[in-house]
Amino acid sequence: MKKNFFWRLSLITAATLLSVIFYLPSTTLKGALPEWLQKYGIVLGLDLQGGVHLVYEVDGDKAVDVTVERLTSSLANTFNEKKIEARAEKKGPDIIVSPDTDAVKKTISEQFPNLSLESVSEGKIVYNLDAQEIKRIKESSVEQALETIRNRVDEFGVTEPTIHTQSGNEIVIQLPGIKDTKRAIELVGKTAILEFKLLDDESPVAAQLPGSILPSEAPKILEQFAGQIPEGDEILFGRERNKETGVETLTVYLMKKHALLTGEFLTEARVNIDQRYNEPYVSISFDSVGSRLFEQVTANNVKKRLAIILDNNVYSSPVIQEKIAGGNAQISGSFGMQEAKDLAIVLRSGSLPAPLKMLQNLTVGPSLGRDSINAGVKAGLVGAALVVVFMVIYYRMAGMIADFALVLNILYLLGVLSAFNATLTLPGIAGIILAIGMAVDSNVLMFERMREELRLGKTPRAAIDSGYDKAFWTIFDSHVTTLITAVVLFQFGTGPIKGFAVTLGVGVFINLFTALVGTKTIFDIISSRREMKELSI
Amino acid sequence: MIEILKATKIDFMGKRYYALALTAIMSVLGLFTVIQISRGAANLGIDFAGGTAVQIKFNERVPLKDVRQALLSGGISDVELQDLPGENKVLISTKKSEENIGDVSKKMISALSQKYSESSMVVDSSTEIGPKVGKKLRTDALWAVIAAIIGILIYITIRFQFRFSIGATVATFHDVLAVLGIFYLMGKEINLIVVSALLMIAGYSLTDTVVVFDRIRENLRSRLKKSTVEVINESINEVLSRTIIVSLTTFFSAAALFAFGGEVIHDFALAIMLGIIVGTYSSIFVASPIVLLLGKDVAMGKK
Repeated sequence: MKKNFFWRLSLITAATLLSVIFYLPSTTLKGALPEWLQKYGIVLGLDLQGGVHLVYEVDGDKAVDVTVERLTSSLANTFNEKKIEARAEKKGPDIIVSPDTDAVKKTISEQFPNLSLESVSEGKIVYNLDAQEIKRIKESSVEQALETIRNRVDEFGVTEPTIHTQSGNEIVIQLPGIKDTKRAIELVGKTAILEFKLLDDESPVAAQLPGSILPSEAPKILEQFAGQIPEGDEILFGRERNKETGVETLTVYLMKKHALLTGEFLTEARVNIDQRYNEPYVSISFDSVGSRLFEQVTANNVKKRLAIILDNNVYSSPVIQEKIAGGNAQISGSFGMQEAKDLAIVLRSGSLPAPLKMLQNLTVGPSLGRDSINAGVKAGLVGAALVVVFMVIYYRMAGMIADFALVLNILYLLGVLSAFNATLTLPGIAGIILAIGMAVDSNVLMFERMREELRLGKTPRAAIDSGYDKAFWTIFDSHVTTLITAVVLFQFGTGPIKGFAVTLGVGVFINLFTALVGTKTIFDIISSRREMKELSI
Repeated sequence: MIEILKATKIDFMGKRYYALALTAIMSVLGLFTVIQISRGAANLGIDFAGGTAVQIKFNERVPLKDVRQALLSGGISDVELQDLPGENKVLISTKKSEENIGDVSKKMISALSQKYSESSMVVDSSTEIGPKVGKKLRTDALWAVIAAIIGILIYITIRFQFRFSIGATVATFHDVLAVLGIFYLMGKEINLIVVSALLMIAGYSLTDTVVVFDRIRENLRSRLKKSTVEVINESINEVLSRTIIVSLTTFFSAAALFAFGGEVIHDFALAIMLGIIVGTYSSIFVASPIVLLLGKDVAMGKK
C-alpha cells in the first residue's frame, strides 16, 4: 500500500515539476532561462498578438495569358532577326501567324517547341499551348508566386511567418505580430511587373489626350478613345499625388503595347537619395542580357520618350538623350522613403507570375489582441473563483481536494501547451476556461456517488472506493465524447477554432489524469492514515 | 452536508407528454432555422456569407449616426453598424462581396479617416472573406457537424444498447437544434464560433445524458420487480442533484466568459450556457422518455 502511494505521489510531483518548468518560458522570465528551455513556450495566435492572415488565389489563367503574349512577342522578334516576312498576333489563347509558309512553320517547330499547331486556314496558322503545357505554367506560377512572396516577407523582416499553398492554387500567408499591416499587405500582393515601353508621341491621338485628369475620369477617357487608338498602342496612366493638397491626379499616356524590356533581367534594386531635391529614388541594375537590350533600346530610340511602368502605372517617362550603356536605370516618382524602400524590395524579389486575387484577409491590431488577453484572463479568474468557492462551500474538505486538482489541471494544461509550442487563440482561452468547469465535473460525479454510498451506510473508506469505481465509466464516457468533438473541430476548424480544439483535447487527457489519479491519491492517503469515522464531503 | 436538493420524488415520466410538446416545438424551430440557413435567409456571419467587417476603436463615444454619415460621404452605404457597449468600439460590416475584396475595408477606413483624425481612432481588426472562402467554410462547418454526430453515434452504439443510443441521439440533436433555433429567434449571427459552440454542446449534452442513462441502466438490472416507468423515475430523482451540480460548475465558467470574455466570445458563451440548460432538460425529458417508449415491453436488462 505504502509503495503504491509512493509511485502515484512521485508521478504527480514529477508531472507538476515538469509543467512548471515547461511553462516558465511562456512567462516574462523567459530571458533568464537556460537556452535549451527557451525554445519552448506557448505561441500566441494571430487573434491575440495581432497580425495578418491572408489567403490569395494565383490567377493561373492570367499567367497562361501572359506567357502567350510573351511568346507572340518573341515570335515577332525571331521573324525579324531571321528576316522572315511574317506576322504573329495574339488572339485570346491562340497565336495567329501568317503567311502560311514552310520557313515560318520550320522556325516555330524548331525554336518554339511548346507551341502546337492547331489549324491552318486561308494562309493563317493558328498555334496554341497544349493542355499539358498550360497545366505546367499554372503549377509553376503558384510555386513562383510562393517563392517570390517568401523573399518579400523575408526582406520585410517578420518573425516566424507562415507561408504555404493550399488546395492547389491558393497561398496562405500568416504574419503574426506585425504592426503595419497595411504596408505588409501591399508588399505581399503587389504584382510588381516592371516594363519599359516607348511612348507613341508621333500619333495624332497623343496630341488629343488630356494632360492630367482625376482618377474617377479614367474609364471615361478609355471609352472615349477606344476606337481611335492606333494598332499596337494602348493608353496607360501615371498616378501622382500632390504633396501639399494630397489630391491624386492621373497623367494620360499613349504608348506602344510591346514592352522593350522587363524586370526579369533585373539584378539589383536600391534606394538612393536625389541630392538636388532630397527625394528618394530606386536605382536598378540589369544583368548582361538586360544591359545589352537596354543599350540597344536606348541607341535605337534617341530623342524618344521611354516610359518606366510598374503594374501598369507609369512612374516616369524621361526623354532618351543618348545611348545608355552599363545597364543602370532609375525609377523616380513622387514617393516617400518607405514607399521607395518597399518598391526596391518587390523589384529585388521579382515579379509575381500572375496577379493575386485576395480571398481572405483577417487583420488584427495589436491593441485588440491585448484587450482579448485581458478579457480572457479576467473571465478565467472569475470563472475559476466561482467554481473554487462553490466547491469548498458545497463539498468542504472534498471540495478543497477538487480545487487542488483543479489547480493541477490548469498547471498541467499550460505546461503541455508550452512544451508542444501550441498556439493559444482567443477561443483557446475559452477552451481552458470551460475545461476549468469540466475538470470539476468529474469530481462532482464521484463526490455525489460517494455521498450516496455514505447514505447507504457504508464506511468512508468503502464509499470512496465504490464512488470512484461506479463513477469511472460515466467520467470515461463524457471524456470520450468531448474528445470526439475536439478531434472533429481540429480537423475542420480554421486557425482560432483549431486553438480551441487543442486546449479542449489536451484538457480531456489531463482531466482524466487529475480526476482518476490526482484526487484519488489524496483521498487514499487521507483515509489510510487513520481510521476515518467521517468523510467531509 | 449541504444539499441543493433533498431526496425528491418527482413524477418526471408522468409529465412526458407536456415535455414532448415543448421538445417538438424546439426541434421544429431548429429545423426551420436549418432550412432558413440553407436558403440563405438566416443571419449568417461574414465567415459563412462572405463580406467585410471592420472594428474601429474610438477615443471617445461616437454616435452611430455620425459614423454612418462619415461612411455615406465616402460613398459607402448598405452597411450594418453595431455599437459594442462599454467600449467605444463600432463594428461595421457588410455582406456585399466584391470582386476584389481587399478594397472594401480600405474604402471604409479611408472614409472614416476623412472625418476622424488618426489619433482618435484605431482599427482594431478587419476581416474580409471572399465568396469562395465563405463557401468553403460553410461546407467545412457542415462536414464538421456531420462528422461529430457520426462519431458520437458510433460511440454511443458501442457503449449502450439500441434504445439508449436512440434516446441519446435524439436528445443530442434536439439540443443542437434548440440552441440554433433560439439564436435564430434572438436574431443572433450564426458564425464559425457559434458552430463550434454547437459541437461542444453536442458533446456536453451527451455527457449529461450518459449520467442519467448510467443510473437507469444500473437500476433496471437491480430493481427487477418495479415497472420501467418507476425505475426511470427513481433513477432520475436519484441523479437529479448530481445532474444539476455537474451542469452548474460548467455553467459558472461559461457565465464568466459571457460576462467578461469580450465580444468575440460573448455569443459563444451564450450558446454554451443555453446548451447546458437545454442539455440538462433533454436528458430528463427527451432521452429518458424515448428509452421508455422503445423499451416498455422489450424489458432488456430486466430478465
